[in-house]
Amino acid sequence: MRKPERLGFIYLSVFVALLLTVMPMPQMVKLARPDWALLVLMYWAMALPQRVSVLTAFFTGFIVDVLVGTVLGVNALAFAVVIFVVAQHHLKIRNFSVVQQSLLLGLLLALYQLLLFWLSHFLTGVYFRPQYLWPVLTGMLVWPWLFWLLRRYRRQLKIQ
Amino acid sequence: MNQIYSRGPSLPLRLFLAVVLSAGLMFLDRFTDSSTQLRSYLTSAVSPLFYVASLPQALFSGASEQFMSQQAVLDENARLKETLLQQSGQLQLLRFLQQENEKLRALLGSSAVVSGERLVAEVLAVYSHPFSHQVVLNKGSKDGVTEFQPVIDDQGVVGQIVSVGPTSSRALLISDNTHALAVRAERTGVRALVEGLGQWDLLRVMHLPHSTDIREGDRLLSSGLDGRFPEGYPVAKVVRISQDASQPFMVVYAEPYAQLDRVRHVLLLSKPDAAVAAAAELP
Repeated sequence: MRKPERLGFIYLSVFVALLLTVMPMPQMVKLARPDWALLVLMYWAMALPQRVSVLTAFFTGFIVDVLVGTVLGVNALAFAVVIFVVAQHHLKIRNFSVVQQSLLLGLLLALYQLLLFWLSHFLTGVYFRPQYLWPVLTGMLVWPWLFWLLRRYRRQLKIQ
Repeated sequence: MNQIYSRGPSLPLRLFLAVVLSAGLMFLDRFTDSSTQLRSYLTSAVSPLFYVASLPQALFSGASEQFMSQQAVLDENARLKETLLQQSGQLQLLRFLQQENEKLRALLGSSAVVSGERLVAEVLAVYSHPFSHQVVLNKGSKDGVTEFQPVIDDQGVVGQIVSVGPTSSRALLISDNTHALAVRAERTGVRALVEGLGQWDLLRVMHLPHSTDIREGDRLLSSGLDGRFPEGYPVAKVVRISQDASQPFMVVYAEPYAQLDRVRHVLLLSKPDAAVAAAAELP
């Protein structure tokens, strides 16, 4: 007998992450805002790759595109690629300690920023500034807490 | 054991699907015109999210206004009254000057400078990505907003409307990477283009030869030559000039007058060509 899958709770957490993505913030904090939606999706792709993987990431990325006003499809593509890597290696990443995970996810977040910049550079001709990489650092710092929080969330609500 | 492959298409196939879909989306959005309409539908579909996300801030500022002491409110009121008095005094003089200017222009036989309709709008949301500087305004086609309308605030030019929904519209800010407008230096009359860099407080003045007379502190006003922005509105102040002979042009940076990162209320001006057309209909 299968227990109820409770997919709704996964989407609820993604929705909250999207809210955090567009919440108004002072200018200085805004530049360093972690990529909440991507971090939450990374957790789910690692914990439950059979529920959340590339296509969920694609649609979430598409909503992010609409929300932040980048060219449609840019975030969708970057999200899909990063989540593909996480889902492909979820068994390995699960066995890492939290610190190792956050180092590895730092690399993936940098890949995300690179993809985003690269596509935007070809499509709209943006210039690179080192400040664009702040979210990588803040994302790495936030990861251990987010991981702990989402694991509790998943276990308490028995999402699987 | 490996549930991930047990149902649905395999992971690489899904990635392939996502890549193809997003490539299609990018092409649609960047290289065709149909995306403007699509964008405005999507924007109105996600607008509840913006309302919810700005709720904590709205509550916070609402509460701080509630608890503002009566003395502070009285002080603010007195200050506002004083500003109003000063400005209406200046306005009387301005009306007189405007009349005189119109008469002189009529004598010279040149076309009149027309001031069209204005519309006040409030900023609903600021797109927070460094690659796209846009704001969502709470006025749409129902209020008579049209595409490419110039947007200003109390300090200077803010941007222009790029897509219009029924009750909201999106404005591209002058600091966006894809935005440029024609300006004129107030002191010398030198004409130039000002483009956004994706930074809130810095714009670049393009294509100025090395011999151009321009100094730090020069005011740049819109020149009206781009056909989008009316003439004479303040755009930016020159803050940095670097003369590098190895570069084909002078590298000049300017700071926008409008507070682009904390703009709350803006004015929508009617398009210059619409205003001219309206003036032409008058006898």
